[in-house]
Amino acid sequence: MNARIVAVYGNLVVAETDGRVVQNSVAHCVHSNGTRLLSEVIRVRGQLADLQVFEETRGLKIGDPVELQDEMLSVVLAPGLLGQIYDGLQNPLPEVAKEAGFFLKPGLYIHGVSTTQSWEFAPKAAVGDTVEAGDTLGTVPEGIFTHRIMVPFGWQGAFKVEKIAGTGSYKVADEIAVLVDSDGNRRTATMQQNWPVKRPLDVSRRRLLPDEPMVTRVRIIDSMFPIVRGGTYCIPGPFGAGKTVLQQITARNADVDIVIIAACGERAGEIVETLRDFPELTDPRTGRSLMERTIIIANTSAMPVAAREASVYTAATLGEYYRQMGLNVLMLADSTSRWAQAMRELSGRLEEIPGEEAFPAYLESRIAAFYERAGILELRDGTKGSLTIGGTVSPAGGNFEEPVTQGTLKVVGAFHGLSRARSDARRYPAIDPLDSWSKYRGIIEPADMAKMRKVLVHGNEVQQMMTVVGEEGTSIEDFTAALKADFFDNCYLQQNAFDDVDGASPAERQQFAFAKVAEVAGLDFDFQDKAEARRKMVEVTDLFRNWNYAPTDSDEYRRLLSEIDKFIATKGRDS
Amino acid sequence: MRKYFDSIRRIAGNVVTVNASDVGYDELAVIDSAHGDSFAQVIRLEGQQVSLQVFAGSQGVSNNDRVRFLHRPMQAPFSEDLLGRVLDGSGRPRDGRGEVTGEMIDLGSPPVNPVKRHMPDKMVHTGIPMIDVFNSLVESQKIPIFSVAGEPYNELLARIGLQANADIIILGGMGLRHDDYLKFRQTFEDGGVLGRAILFIHTAADPVVECLLVPDLCLAVGEQFALQGKRVLVLLSDMTAFSDSLKEISIVMEQIPSNRGYPGDLYTQLAKRYEKAVDFEGAGSMTVLACVTMPGDDVTHPVPDNTGYITEGQFYLRNGRIEPFGSLSRLKQQVNGKTRGDHRAIMDACIQLYALCRESREKRDMGFEMSAWDRKLLKYGNLFEQRIMDLSVNIPLFDALDRCWSILAECFEPAETGIRRSIVEEHWPASGNGAETEPAQEEEPAVAGS
Repeated sequence: MNARIVAVYGNLVVAETDGRVVQNSVAHCVHSNGTRLLSEVIRVRGQLADLQVFEETRGLKIGDPVELQDEMLSVVLAPGLLGQIYDGLQNPLPEVAKEAGFFLKPGLYIHGVSTTQSWEFAPKAAVGDTVEAGDTLGTVPEGIFTHRIMVPFGWQGAFKVEKIAGTGSYKVADEIAVLVDSDGNRRTATMQQNWPVKRPLDVSRRRLLPDEPMVTRVRIIDSMFPIVRGGTYCIPGPFGAGKTVLQQITARNADVDIVIIAACGERAGEIVETLRDFPELTDPRTGRSLMERTIIIANTSAMPVAAREASVYTAATLGEYYRQMGLNVLMLADSTSRWAQAMRELSGRLEEIPGEEAFPAYLESRIAAFYERAGILELRDGTKGSLTIGGTVSPAGGNFEEPVTQGTLKVVGAFHGLSRARSDARRYPAIDPLDSWSKYRGIIEPADMAKMRKVLVHGNEVQQMMTVVGEEGTSIEDFTAALKADFFDNCYLQQNAFDDVDGASPAERQQFAFAKVAEVAGLDFDFQDKAEARRKMVEVTDLFRNWNYAPTDSDEYRRLLSEIDKFIATKGRDS
Repeated sequence: MRKYFDSIRRIAGNVVTVNASDVGYDELAVIDSAHGDSFAQVIRLEGQQVSLQVFAGSQGVSNNDRVRFLHRPMQAPFSEDLLGRVLDGSGRPRDGRGEVTGEMIDLGSPPVNPVKRHMPDKMVHTGIPMIDVFNSLVESQKIPIFSVAGEPYNELLARIGLQANADIIILGGMGLRHDDYLKFRQTFEDGGVLGRAILFIHTAADPVVECLLVPDLCLAVGEQFALQGKRVLVLLSDMTAFSDSLKEISIVMEQIPSNRGYPGDLYTQLAKRYEKAVDFEGAGSMTVLACVTMPGDDVTHPVPDNTGYITEGQFYLRNGRIEPFGSLSRLKQQVNGKTRGDHRAIMDACIQLYALCRESREKRDMGFEMSAWDRKLLKYGNLFEQRIMDLSVNIPLFDALDRCWSILAECFEPAETGIRRSIVEEHWPASGNGAETEPAQEEEPAVAGS
């Protein structure tokens, strides 16, 4: 109790102290009813500390005590994180529900992992070994993964292992090793450690250039605008264009070990969907429940705004932790605009000089620093681990010329821009094939893809021309080109997310289908007239659509494939 | 013992600043003025200075008036007696009947724990094909009607209220014209639902701060009924008026505006309200349907824009019809897979074809020659508008699906619809291109239950 409240305004509290204040340290505002509200110091002015409170400030009074601490806002890292559903501050929501019922309770904080669960520890280090921060002391099985218990990342220098626990079952807070530093100081390591969320966690030999494709089973992404492990990408789009559905599909199908979903200031309903669906769904890679590889951070739009800001950092930190174990992690943030808005709200309360659209001047550097936490690392033991970050952006009015989208585009490796026109026409996923880009290499030969991109661009030009000169003023060649572009779009780029087969297209099938589509688009048709051209292209489109719905190597699949081959062989003349 | 503070330092807009001590943030105060008592809420504490937002407006408040603090947040009375009542934005009766008594409940309860939410899975049948077939409404959904002044959005809202078969209907009127309020009341009375309806009405002539309280009152009361296991439908009109009141207050408070004068926390403020829509695991539910008028028919205006990002879809009401483009129910996938096997296929095909029809119309309007395909599309578009899109169409879901099939069969070959073969084989009307199979009668806009 070393400070007192002197002002309250929204979730901003000003406290006066005569002691020490550490920027970004944690504090608790003590409500007169005894609740302690978690807060963070975000500005220090003389003896005044400005705090953002992670809860509703209702009922706080002038003169109420504030407990300032030295630690920064941290999360606990330990076995037992997988499958959890947290709020932005790592409170496990099912535990909160057990204690508080239907509603969240301000001031109720619960430890991030179970302290009573036992884990089967197997030592990897031996007495006498020299270890450093991040080195493995032992492992425990966590679901299908081997969870490394590491020397706490914040411990500086080299240590000698004086004592290490034998094989057996331990709880997270049990001592598993005693380490001695060069000055002879003893430190006790347990299976859990804390790490401040706003500090990137990277204990490695070096960062590598990301180049392995991360397959999402969404054709337009994997083939045209690929993502790589350790890379970054963003999905900006107006509301209703399908950002969240795209994120959900990616979370299900992405070819990674662990997925961390940060629902940041978005709809609670969508999280509920994930919460209910994931335990039922099986991971296509392991055959186990999807939830076993997933962590959900749910800080929905009605939850306190400051915790929203913390939630993306919490998610990134958990991702980095599993990366340290040599795993491939994907973190999905939906939506980074809500995070930016949380910064804006706070900046406004602090009366900082506003930048564009009242966002703070440091918006871009914060966005850049956040995406820079992604990357592929060569760890100290030579294994590789990656963290891929994908963020959705919800630009005001769907206009990409706004600070959050622009700040994000500068720093990401791939841009999947969703378009209102495509979603209105039910062309899903509504990723605009002409505007989007990726700096990464995917599963299709770039030269082959370049050809198809030309088909799209040319088709689009013809389309635009046709709106001026009409169909009758368009040559049959141009008309066919437009139809081909449409065919490529319909049969390959579009995908029905709600169909079991079409919704997730594995890499091999994509490559095979792409070759077929490219063959059709490359055919030199000699149609008599436009009616025939349209009829034939409708026919082949229908074949491909049905083929997309047919399970791989089923009878239906082979039958349609042979019809497609026949169409290609005869240029559609004999079908 | 009542403690009064009498040093009012500043009166600006609807905000009064008084010197006081032992005051909690967000608590309620009463200002004793010559014109009677008025309620106010603490919106800022700074040392001794307490800023209050006065519900009835600061008109008539003098610097000599006294302020008393109630040490509790804004509350609403809650009991069965609320049913059939009309209250104002402060929760006082406006129907000439006595005060409502009941348990007092705090406004603005904490958010619902996401893990205690039930996955929405019950379709709300409205009898409007553009909703039932194409963008199904789901219990516990929060969804706005985007519209412009002059469109019959209040009528649509009232009609859904009547046909949706909810246990309790709560209407929150914000900035309503008095006529509109009377119309709502009349419709509810004629429809025989007034006995299970509660009306919180703020009219355009009432103090602006009361407008801010209307959604909170509706949602707090609705939530309590939902916790008791009731299926509650909350109708809010018009959320743009609510947002404009927010803007007014925040400007007076010298907040830095973010976009067209609206406060930076507009998204959070709206989300806090809309997110109250819920299906409680093991209790009732609350569905929220709101009208949002778009100034200048501009969907990128901050109010519809922020709303769209919060709500689970939106209906566009334009030219007296629910537009198929842009309208979206995000929860439809939860229910439309369980209705009938062809529901999703019809939904996608009809809209895709209608989009193509619009392109053909554009071409026609520019004087281009119409191909045979264009003519098919044009025919389809007209039939679709007459028999499906028109707001007066009032038929159950399955009839609407059958009607879509007959329209498709009247205009196209099966392969042209882009519908999967297996579904076409099952549902394609047997007589094929026979126009005579389609009954030509007009539908009666009857009020049917679901």
